[in-house]
Amino acid sequence: MGHGPATSWGEDKAIAYKTKFGLWLFIVYVLVYVGFIWINVASPKTMATIVFAGQNLAVVYGFGLIALAFVMGIIYDYLCSQKEDELNVEESDK
Amino acid sequence: MIYNASPFAVGIFVVFVLGVLWLSSYFAKKASTSEGYYAAGGDIHWGVNGIAFAGDYLSAASFLGICGMIAFSGYDGFLYSIGYLAGWVVALFIVAEPLKRYGKYTFTDALNFKYNSRGIHLTAAISTLIVSLCYLIPQMVGAGSLVTPLLGMPHYVGVILVGTIVIFIVATAGMASTTYVQFLKGGLLIVFSTILSICIFVHGIKQKPSEDYHDFQTINATVINEEVTAIENAEYQIAGANTNAKGHFVKLNKAGINTWWHLIEEDGNAYLEEALTVVKGKNGTELYNGEPKEAEKFYQVGHVSKLVVDGEEVTETGSVSPFKFLTTIEESTIVRFTKVIFMDNGDKVSLWYQTPTPGQDIMRPGLRFKVDKGSTFMSKLDFVSLMIALFFGTSALPHILIRYYTVSSAKAARKSTIVAITSIGFFYILTLFMGLGAMTTGVLDVQSSNMAGPLLAKFFGVAIFSIICAIAFATVLGTVAGLIVAASGAVAHDLISNYMGINLTDKGQVKAGKIAAVVVGVLAIFLGIAFKGVNVSFLVGLAFAVAASANLPAIIMMLFWKRTNAKGISASIVVGIISALTIILLSPKTFEVYGLPAASAPIPLNNPGIISIPLSFITLVVVSLMTKKNEYDWESKV
Repeated sequence: MGHGPATSWGEDKAIAYKTKFGLWLFIVYVLVYVGFIWINVASPKTMATIVFAGQNLAVVYGFGLIALAFVMGIIYDYLCSQKEDELNVEESDK
Repeated sequence: MIYNASPFAVGIFVVFVLGVLWLSSYFAKKASTSEGYYAAGGDIHWGVNGIAFAGDYLSAASFLGICGMIAFSGYDGFLYSIGYLAGWVVALFIVAEPLKRYGKYTFTDALNFKYNSRGIHLTAAISTLIVSLCYLIPQMVGAGSLVTPLLGMPHYVGVILVGTIVIFIVATAGMASTTYVQFLKGGLLIVFSTILSICIFVHGIKQKPSEDYHDFQTINATVINEEVTAIENAEYQIAGANTNAKGHFVKLNKAGINTWWHLIEEDGNAYLEEALTVVKGKNGTELYNGEPKEAEKFYQVGHVSKLVVDGEEVTETGSVSPFKFLTTIEESTIVRFTKVIFMDNGDKVSLWYQTPTPGQDIMRPGLRFKVDKGSTFMSKLDFVSLMIALFFGTSALPHILIRYYTVSSAKAARKSTIVAITSIGFFYILTLFMGLGAMTTGVLDVQSSNMAGPLLAKFFGVAIFSIICAIAFATVLGTVAGLIVAASGAVAHDLISNYMGINLTDKGQVKAGKIAAVVVGVLAIFLGIAFKGVNVSFLVGLAFAVAASANLPAIIMMLFWKRTNAKGISASIVVGIISALTIILLSPKTFEVYGLPAASAPIPLNNPGIISIPLSFITLVVVSLMTKKNEYDWESKV
């Protein structure tokens, strides 16, 4: 009844690194997201404050959350790929 | 509102649908094995899969629902964009790779990898079915909304059309054709939304949106003891009045036609302002602004009453940059239309009156979600609950999760998620411009917020309107197809094969999946017709809440808490589904759908996430601690 994965691949030695790194980035994003919700609930008028290029905090923070997800994703992928190359190649070289 | 079909629009639409059907037939040969049917053979390129993710995710809720909500409620609609996108962070950092590593065809495979439990197969399959159905309803509603202006057909025809085409797609080619339909449609939606946004910037904002935009009339009035006793227009006679919590409304008669007006009193002056009405008579008649629908007196609306650029009042802005567009809205005053329903001598009057709203209020939360003026503890809690559900719901949606099985490796799963975040994030930024564009160009149909995006496209010409509508229709097709593949996988693979232990051959599994697809498709058609008129983004928000409550606690705890066991997972799924659905069914918004007063709802919360998600987590922990540790030797399988 058990099922294996849809495709097979070699052992990935970078799993622990990727899991830990992913968790940290997740926590950072959650904190920024919670900050957004908090301002909306606790001090909604603050969202109307003009902060950058004539835009208010609501627009800047909202666009910022979208951009941050993209930037963190790129960093995560770059460092994970580097670690995968480093750890998994070392193994095959032995 | 009357919609006239354009032959050009119908032509483009037919070409799109035929293209999708051809694609399905082409990929049908790939779907003869269960791996081909459920996981598209597991060899889709991560770039294609990433855009297909966008195709799956940018459903009717995103293009129709969010644009509509922004057009009617400003920044509050954009909160959905932010929440939907933020949810991908959970998918990327927590869920993507482990799910790919442990699963095969369905997310139940991954969830059950460490436990090999029949209970998990059963509960996770039921959860997949329920979440898929919850998500299917808004897609079908969206399909019906689209077909009306495009083909001039009634709502139910659109729903049946989508249902039939999708059943054909899924029953012939499964995940392979669904993936390529989603890839094409996701890409086209982003490209044409960009073009539409550029049109908005080039056109700028005009105080009178177009030459044929209706000039709303005002008539000076005399008010004595809070009643209108005389008006300064001899053509009209006062025929009735209604005072309710939203204001004082007066019925005027001109040449036998009754229209309703809103009384405004300011600076010692009183005047009546023309409103929009739909009056359903006790004898079954339906009048639009006092006349039959065919007279076309029920106008499209949305305009700027005071247009300000850099502190100076103007009549039009000319072309603007994206940032200038936003600052202009912020400085100006926009006329929104507020709905009120009341009875008048046995007739049901639905009335929309002009509500000039400062741009500052439009560009920050508060018009839809009560977090500032008129807010209560419960209204704030409701807002927090929605944002939590949107954040945690994405990575618990079955049709999103199964897309991790169409790529070859965990690395490819990660990369395709990043492509998805990039394309989806870009699209969501555009929703703010498209929604505000619709708000100010006089295109809104006050009866259906879902039509704001397509009607905005129509403002810029029938060509872009037809293409946008066809893409939006394909959006619905693709998303519904993905959901039905997920649901059919849950029935054939998880329930029949794994839970019941019926040993089906590979071809038998595919056949069972196809039969399940037809059944779920037919069910979706009925539900789509029943829920006509409800904002699709609101409905999707609820599907997110059910998914986040039922599936996410199980996924996260399975990955990060070693003491988690099979009974804990099954219990958390059951509690998550029941608690989320109970709160939804007893909420004020659902009571409105039942036709009951919202205030009579026993639970004063519309979004269940803040209660049901923690409850599901707690259940998992308590049940896992109270029962035996996991003894299945899963590590030997790795």
